[in-house]
Amino acid sequence: MINNDKKPDFHPFEGESLITLPFLILFPAAIALILLLVPGDSWRRLVVQAGALIIGIASFYLLFITPGAGQEFFPVTVEWVTTLMFIAEMIIAVFLIYLGIKHRKYLAIFLVVAQAALLLFFESTGSHGAHVPDLFIDQLSLIMALIIGIIGSLICVYALGYMATFHQQHPDVKDRRRTFFFLVFIFLSSMFGLVFSNYLPWVFFFWELTTLCSFLLIGYSGTGEAINNSFLALNMNLLGGIAFAGALIYLAIISPGGNLLAISTLIQSGHAVALVPAVLIAFAGITKSALMPFSAWLVGAMVAPTPVSALLHSSTMVKAGVYIIVRLSPVMTGTMEGLIIALVGGFTFLLASAIAISQSNAKKVLAYSTIANLGLIVACAGVGTYKLVWAAIMLIIFHAIAKSLLFLCVGTVEHRIGSRDIEDMTGLIVRMPRIGVMMLVGIAGMFLAPFGMLISKWAAIEAFIDAPFGLLFVAILAFGGSITVFFWSKWMGKIISVCPVAELVENRISREKWIVLSLLTAMTVFVCLAFPVISSHLVEPFVLSVYGQTARLSQDNIIIMAMMLFLLMIMPFSLLWFRKEKNIVPPYMAGRPATPDLHFLGSMGVQRQVGLANYYLEDVFGERRLFMAGTALCFGLILLMGTLTAGVAL
Amino acid sequence: MISITNALLFIVAAPFIGGLVAGIDRKITARMQGRVGPPLLQPFADVGKLFEKKQIVVTPSQHVYTLSYLVFIVASGALFFAGGDLLLVIFAFTLAHLFLVLGAYSSYSPYSFIGAERELIQIIAYEPMIILAAVGMYMVTKSFFVWEIMGSGLPIILYLPGVFLGFLMVLTIKLRKSPFDLSTSHHAHQEIVKGVTTDFSGPMLGRVEIAHWYENVFLLGFIYLFFAWNPLIAIVAIIVAYLLEILIDNTFSRGTWKFTLKSSWIIAGMMGLVNLGVLYYLSAVVPA
Repeated sequence: MINNDKKPDFHPFEGESLITLPFLILFPAAIALILLLVPGDSWRRLVVQAGALIIGIASFYLLFITPGAGQEFFPVTVEWVTTLMFIAEMIIAVFLIYLGIKHRKYLAIFLVVAQAALLLFFESTGSHGAHVPDLFIDQLSLIMALIIGIIGSLICVYALGYMATFHQQHPDVKDRRRTFFFLVFIFLSSMFGLVFSNYLPWVFFFWELTTLCSFLLIGYSGTGEAINNSFLALNMNLLGGIAFAGALIYLAIISPGGNLLAISTLIQSGHAVALVPAVLIAFAGITKSALMPFSAWLVGAMVAPTPVSALLHSSTMVKAGVYIIVRLSPVMTGTMEGLIIALVGGFTFLLASAIAISQSNAKKVLAYSTIANLGLIVACAGVGTYKLVWAAIMLIIFHAIAKSLLFLCVGTVEHRIGSRDIEDMTGLIVRMPRIGVMMLVGIAGMFLAPFGMLISKWAAIEAFIDAPFGLLFVAILAFGGSITVFFWSKWMGKIISVCPVAELVENRISREKWIVLSLLTAMTVFVCLAFPVISSHLVEPFVLSVYGQTARLSQDNIIIMAMMLFLLMIMPFSLLWFRKEKNIVPPYMAGRPATPDLHFLGSMGVQRQVGLANYYLEDVFGERRLFMAGTALCFGLILLMGTLTAGVAL
Repeated sequence: MISITNALLFIVAAPFIGGLVAGIDRKITARMQGRVGPPLLQPFADVGKLFEKKQIVVTPSQHVYTLSYLVFIVASGALFFAGGDLLLVIFAFTLAHLFLVLGAYSSYSPYSFIGAERELIQIIAYEPMIILAAVGMYMVTKSFFVWEIMGSGLPIILYLPGVFLGFLMVLTIKLRKSPFDLSTSHHAHQEIVKGVTTDFSGPMLGRVEIAHWYENVFLLGFIYLFFAWNPLIAIVAIIVAYLLEILIDNTFSRGTWKFTLKSSWIIAGMMGLVNLGVLYYLSAVVPA
């Protein structure tokens, strides 16, 4: 299966990942426990910063010890680990049932009980006793680990300052910051566990941990809306969890030895055995990455404090969903089920992008854009040709960086101007120049040439043309891509409008926030410059080892894009030349007498001030209508997939 | 191969061709309306005069956006004529256009603001069709590179008649012709004054005008691609297409944004996608 004509690189530290992988899983958990115990703010600050730094360095260190191609396995012979996980799962179930009773969410209780029952049944088959569970690392795990370790820990550092301000501004919310940081670090730990585990029951354990953490973090503020939305997220993710547990049981039944419970054997075992569990797990991935019809939970999750949103949208949670789908995409390539999953992704991309046009709440726009991009990633992975998998992984990388930057910028702006509405961000470039520029970079990173997301979309268009039923996806990308241009550009327009009544409010932003934001901005630009290297050292070896061939952009295009990026970076400097412009006049007001702050004499002698608002085109791109359409369409597709899969299974 | 010479040729010659086309356009339009019309070289005189005017601005940042607009339009056009990747050319043009839109936003004026919003609607109206046109060319010639499409020797128009019609439709938007001249117009005054360009003046407006010439030459070059196997037919096709656009401009009144968006998407879907679907089906059934 593995057809590799590349020589493995020389790696002086080979074997050291044996220590590093468990370290990356256990260390954040240890930090989390310390944070639960540490009382004061200053100690917490120290622990979080030191912990984040060490996690960042350790994940970066992985870059040097990961084999150049193929997978490396580390059997874990400690037997009680699996048992411990099972006990933890049961405790979590009891805890969730308690919360369900407390808040009278009976659907959640039902789902928890159903999942626990499936899990008990799986344990009773006793199939995994024989198999030695193992951890593994390859380029895909490495990429995910870098995203989690670097972006995730940057967000943790940012959260320090944010949460302090949050509690100043919301005195009614009970200060549970100890729990907050505990959960955030457990989240990182479980994400590391998820991407390093080869053994599916372990993946499932970490999967459920991320569900639990996100549930608790979304409900952090404890308001009625937060509780409702957290249970919405819980229910939808539990539904996915049930499908995942179903996949485990299916595998336990067809392979009593437990060999197929390892991802690496599963993806090589062919359609006949692997398709049913792959589809079940992909369904879990669809719920976790909030594709339609499950998109509501991610939109609802914006009630959480902004660092949580940043975490959910960029480096954790939703990325777990797409990670598992990309991982299993070789099983689904060329199957009807894979195509249906891709269609769910494709329609989600198109409709979520369209809904984003009608939204003025910045966090909601970001949420719909995340949903759209996850849809695109799943569309690529579902069709699953080698070129598309390349594009999907590229999308994961670029999206994680730009989206975390944007969320953190919005969070910072919200604390300074007291609103997260895009309409209130008029003239941000004057009021908060540095944040404004960072936001522009983040937005540009999401949709403009020569930035990353566009490169990936472009590669996806080219790859879809040669794929089966690809024309449909090409059309989706052509329309969806241009829709994307609209909502990002008008947001950019709001930021750069030089409004005459703006005052500078960019003070009192803590130094650690600046450091995090600057690093993320630099990374957004850096990954565009370095993307040929990222492609050739990380993405291509993975695609090559799984598919036997790989995609890359042509040399000419890379050079041209580097030139474009260079040009783009020097253009702002022309402002130095134009800055000395002397003849500044007020904008054209059709000859009406107007004051410098744009008050003018309107009809009937009324003084009015100019107010400019973006188009939202509600009646064409309204949320209600399109969401209904998307839900119906994707729900139908998933039902169809379920029927097909049931047909295979029985 | 990528040809630097062609790129340089474009950079030098395009403003002259673009200005000349604008002059012919105005002359023919005048004749259609029963007027004599300005001299053929009037556009050059107009732009020349703009550069003699004193520069006034609403905000200095307008300069950055308009200059970037010109620079990226020139760069994208040069990439096209050099024979570069068609999709990259399209994305580069989108980037260039974004700068025009941002320039309009930056002045915080009611007229240019609405112009900017409308310009964005125009972008989402025409962009899908242009991408589909590029995809169609790939399906016929198996390459996205303009130099390979040019050298393929295939009568692309015979494979892509629907795509070509769809392209003509969005060409009306790109050339800022009625009924799709929502965001700014060549005609003297519209309900939002000059839309996007309301707050540009003097040399700045001159740069925007020159960028528009460059872009028009690129668009004519795109028509050429459909007929590239026979240069003579190609030039005739460009002339006919342009005359058709002038005729449309003079026979339709300005539409609404909804009309623009719906009609161009429907045409892109009906003409472009159906055409590509047939090609896709044929290539699957009848291997070449």
